Amino acid sequence: MTTAIQNVELYLESFTEFQKRAPGRNLPWLRKLREDAFARFCDVGFPTPHDEDWRFTNVSAIARTPFQLAQTIAVSSQDLETYRNQTATCQLVFVNGRLVPELSSVGKLSAGLQMYGLANEINDNPRAIEAHLGRYLDIQRDAFCALNTAFAEDGAYVHICKDTIVEDPIYLLFISTASEVPLITHPRNLIVAEKESQATIIEDYVSVGESIAFCNTITELVVGDNAVISHYMIEREHQQASNVSTLRIQQERSANVASHSVLLGGGLVRNNVHPVLAGEGGECLINGLFIGNDHQHLDNYMLVEHASPHCGSRQFYNGILDDHAHGVFHGRIIVHKDAQKTDAKQTNRNLLLSDDAQIDTKPQLEIHADDVKCTHGATIGQIEETALFYLRSRGIDELSARKFLLFAFASECLDRMKPGPAREHVEGLIQRHLQRVANSAKSPAPGTMAKRSEGIGRRLDEDRGQTTAE
Amino acid sequence: MSLLEIKNLNVSVNQHEILKGINLTLNPGEVHSIMGPNGSGKSTLAQVLSRRETYQVTSGGVLFQGKDLLAMKPEEAACEGIFMAFQYPVEIPGIGNAYFLRSALNAIRRYRGGDEMDAMDFLPLFREKLKLLEMDENLLNRSVNEGFSGGEKKRNEILQMAVLEPKLAILDETDSGLDIDALRIVARGVNAMRSPDRAMLIVTHYQRLLNHIVPDFVHVLVDGRIARSGGPQLAVELEEKGYGWAEAERQTAPASV
Repeated sequence: MTTAIQNVELYLESFTEFQKRAPGRNLPWLRKLREDAFARFCDVGFPTPHDEDWRFTNVSAIARTPFQLAQTIAVSSQDLETYRNQTATCQLVFVNGRLVPELSSVGKLSAGLQMYGLANEINDNPRAIEAHLGRYLDIQRDAFCALNTAFAEDGAYVHICKDTIVEDPIYLLFISTASEVPLITHPRNLIVAEKESQATIIEDYVSVGESIAFCNTITELVVGDNAVISHYMIEREHQQASNVSTLRIQQERSANVASHSVLLGGGLVRNNVHPVLAGEGGECLINGLFIGNDHQHLDNYMLVEHASPHCGSRQFYNGILDDHAHGVFHGRIIVHKDAQKTDAKQTNRNLLLSDDAQIDTKPQLEIHADDVKCTHGATIGQIEETALFYLRSRGIDELSARKFLLFAFASECLDRMKPGPAREHVEGLIQRHLQRVANSAKSPAPGTMAKRSEGIGRRLDEDRGQTTAE
Repeated sequence: MSLLEIKNLNVSVNQHEILKGINLTLNPGEVHSIMGPNGSGKSTLAQVLSRRETYQVTSGGVLFQGKDLLAMKPEEAACEGIFMAFQYPVEIPGIGNAYFLRSALNAIRRYRGGDEMDAMDFLPLFREKLKLLEMDENLLNRSVNEGFSGGEKKRNEILQMAVLEPKLAILDETDSGLDIDALRIVARGVNAMRSPDRAMLIVTHYQRLLNHIVPDFVHVLVDGRIARSGGPQLAVELEEKGYGWAEAERQTAPASV
């Protein structure tokens, strides 16, 4: 407890320093936004497992660590090459949360697309930022949101004008670097897609060198009438890194959003996806894949708010967990009083590859309207012995057969992504990652095979429910 | 040398004895049929030969081309030339049919020291076999058996067999549940593969399939033992008199144990 309080003092010190040099420190609205957020953070402190939304995820390691705000450290372009998306024509590269223009390339942007660093835009065009920044995210909800808002400094600002169709994916690369002291970064992204626009955005989180680091990132995504947006969140930092991310989506009338989360790396990861279907006829797909091994903890928290009639939401998450990895799927759906004819669906499928891997899956439905359709289901299983035998009986060796089946399970998520360069990028990452997971997996000892196969193919746990009110 | 030699094979599952001393020899070019009532051990025999690990061989041995088959893993048996058409083919969502089959073919080719086949060379072969089994071209990219009808699944097994060209083909109740049109197509596919250097073991519950694929030998399996062996006319006799007859015959014969 004492440590936690000391750390609040440490954050206070950082915040006082930060307010003296922060971009837009002289803008009263932004100053107030940051101060209110910091006050909120001091009030609530970091969540504990007593908090229902954090029941399965203990963040005391983050609360205990005396993090320091990251300074930008040079990254060689050689280090960068490993991660850079070769096919992306427009990419912004952030090192420890700050835009590095030399590493970024925004060569030939389509007319109607603007991409800047948030810090620059706060200075150059504060009105555009004021209209949206912090308007959608609720700092009351969660200490991490409050903390990020208090320290909001830089990130991507993407503006897609009315009727603009952006063909190439917009690629945002966030690199954390090794350091002697534990580093904290708070990337803050604002993406505004106006009426009838269309674009694909990829956020990719990576690390160069290993040391304790914490990335607390937030993206506010505003999607205008009839706009179509695909958003990808890829977490592939090293396992000493913690990553808490929040994607807050605001959807206007008939807007269509696909959110794809792919969690491969990171030691302690929490991915919040929070769409609000604010206008009639909106559609939201929330698609995710998490693959964990060693002691990784991968928590997927969804809060889908249906605030208008005739909206549809689909949540599909697949998890693969090996060794001592712990996965969480927490899918909360709130249907507000006026959101009649809501059609919400939620499915979570998990594959456990070891006896010590763990998954907690929890649906949570709050329905205040009386004419809606909500379904949820979760399954937990192992690699099916019959499928493995089928592949082997055709000449495919056991390790390859396992890889086949793991990739097949993961590809359910890939199939929900629109074909194109973004999906190809993700597919390549998943393929390489699964190769590593499968190769490092200890194959069961000969004697345990028969015992293991008893449970194989059987669904160990099944929970399927349907709520229909008319 | 005979292709397959089964000697006094005893097999159990969870301490429950299923096969009780099977002796059977298959020579290249021969088609043998194993018939028998439910629970007689027909499928167990097929699964043991394709090296499913859930069965325990308690005694006896099996030689395949002179090698100890029971020491092989399923993939090794497949690469040596054994193929089993499954009674219940497994659905594998997320793996394309053509990709899967080419991977299998290349695994077998690698094992035998041959060159791998690329997608361009594989496609014409795959198409030719699709035609033989009157299957739709869209099967190329559909997931293995996913959403296939019962008949499509069984045809897909024969398609795999036609591409992989095994030395010993085992058909485990491939005819069960097929309508007459599908049965004819399957039988045509199987007959097209009969050759002097390939043997087949056809496991079936019904005599009907044997009108279309005429075996050289018929064996009747009752309670884990071969009760009778004979030519194709034995199947006809069985159809008329039922399995009870074969069982009674066995019981009146002098006890072998």
